[in-house]
Amino acid sequence: MSEADTTQFTSEQVRHLASLVRIELTESEVEEFRSELASILSHIDALSEIDTEGVPPTNNGADLLNVQDSDAAQPAMPREAVLANAPQREDDYFRVHAVLDQS
Amino acid sequence: MSATANSELLTITLADGAKRLRAGEITSRELTRAFLDRIAATDDRVRAFVTVTEESALAEAEQADSLLSSGDATAPLTGLPIGLKDVLMTKGVRTTAGSRMLDTLVPPYDATVVSRLQEAGAISLGKLNMDEFAMGSSTEHSAWFPTANPWDLQRVPGGSSGGSAAAVAAQQCIATLGSDTGGSIRQPASFCGVVGLKPTYGRVSRHGLIAFASSLDQIGPFTRTVEDAAMLLQAIAGPDPLDSTCYDAPVPDFDAELDRGLDGLRVAAPREFFSDGMHDDVATTIEAALDLLSANGAIIDRSPSMPSVPMALPVYYILAPSECSANLARFDGVKYGYGARQGESMWADMEATRKHGFGREVKRRILLGAYALSAGYYDAYYLQAQKVRTLIRREFDRVFAEHDVIVAPTAPTVAFKQGAITDPYQMYLNDIFTIPANIAGLPAISIPGGFGADGMPVGLQFVGQRLDESTLLGIANAYEQLADWSTIPPSNVGST
Repeated sequence: MSEADTTQFTSEQVRHLASLVRIELTESEVEEFRSELASILSHIDALSEIDTEGVPPTNNGADLLNVQDSDAAQPAMPREAVLANAPQREDDYFRVHAVLDQS
Repeated sequence: MSATANSELLTITLADGAKRLRAGEITSRELTRAFLDRIAATDDRVRAFVTVTEESALAEAEQADSLLSSGDATAPLTGLPIGLKDVLMTKGVRTTAGSRMLDTLVPPYDATVVSRLQEAGAISLGKLNMDEFAMGSSTEHSAWFPTANPWDLQRVPGGSSGGSAAAVAAQQCIATLGSDTGGSIRQPASFCGVVGLKPTYGRVSRHGLIAFASSLDQIGPFTRTVEDAAMLLQAIAGPDPLDSTCYDAPVPDFDAELDRGLDGLRVAAPREFFSDGMHDDVATTIEAALDLLSANGAIIDRSPSMPSVPMALPVYYILAPSECSANLARFDGVKYGYGARQGESMWADMEATRKHGFGREVKRRILLGAYALSAGYYDAYYLQAQKVRTLIRREFDRVFAEHDVIVAPTAPTVAFKQGAITDPYQMYLNDIFTIPANIAGLPAISIPGGFGADGMPVGLQFVGQRLDESTLLGIANAYEQLADWSTIPPSNVGST
């Protein structure tokens, strides 16, 4: 487990995070977010001082496990209703840039 | 209709309105028209609404009136006009979540709570402003415009459900729905002097609620009275096959338990909820409320300590951004909403879509979440936060082993001036007393508890046991009977 050293939060880390979450940032945004995230993380770091030895994690707000639905077919939403919100469409498809090499 | 009769309708409650509609004393069309006129007269200042659905509201009112006049109006909310936070999907009605990303979204389906309100006969007046994707505590982070506090137009209404709270306070709606991930119903209810209820996590279906942090999000009502909150919760609560995190538990008759009274009620006031950061006028007001509860039969116990509760805020600012970074990954500019198309590749388009589609606060939280979840930091942040979440839940369980309900201030301050808080972490501190209930999945309510020195409302919060909204509503109703602050309206919006 790496210890998080937030005082050293760098612009390079912000750029890396932005590439992971696919958000284009300007250089001034990189610097602003670096400073803001470092500040927020400095407040959050108190968490690491809590003794959680042997404590299980809570990952569900409701204590429910393996809720199952009946495996019955339901009518799907009409295609036109869904495609009506597409930023760009072509016939019955969402239009996007080619993602595969066309050669 | 005359101006006086019109303004008299604006202070109506759901409970009273339902009776008067059935008795034929008023019509749904009169009622709906009165609120639409009020919106037209006041919303240039309050700015609670993103979308007003006047035409469909009046058409639904006509239908309600014909049901009422033929005696076929069996649904409990028949003909009563309400408003919806713009984070709830509404079929055929633009739904933006306060974001440019969803500027053009016209949903093809209704959220479960929206269909349930329709089945209950309610009429929607439109969609209410909010912080973008429900991230914020002031409604200053809406992509469209900030909403003002009806008590003082220079101040914020709180957030993220600021439009929902302001609309009820400004008498633009009888009641509204909001959503609460870390206090987004209760803090604005406190700032605007109205009732705001966050039900138990899993009491109300989240299907069709645009997700922020899925293990914390919950939908709930804003109303003028506790009785109305019970009525609205009754209409929206209960299991839903479209949300597998909904409890398959029977929904009690909330109204039947409103009059249980205070006698012998064991009320915990844990010291961590009465700590530093609370402003003097909030402290004074809450102390007076505790005295009143105590003088009327409640047993106030100030001895409980919940040492992990101050950790709820850091836990939240790991868990909520982490969940949001995953939930908001869906906004890729392909299927709906805003999509940039000037780039040279799919990735360039996606990065441009998210650059222009998201506001600053949303970007900051997505980045923070991605950091907390990334390799090397997951154990130190995300997993550690989930473990501390368990400790917080255990402390609530311990307190509830000996007490019926917890009392606390809703927010550490009254509503602040627009633009007054620029540091993100200072803004996050607004939710210091509301976040613990979300972390533990517990129901909590904020009701008007009095006024601070500058005349701004102060909220009184009760937190209850899992699935025990009845006790919460009972104590809240008892307090409201003793000190009905809700009858004092804000005077800054202008009378009709």
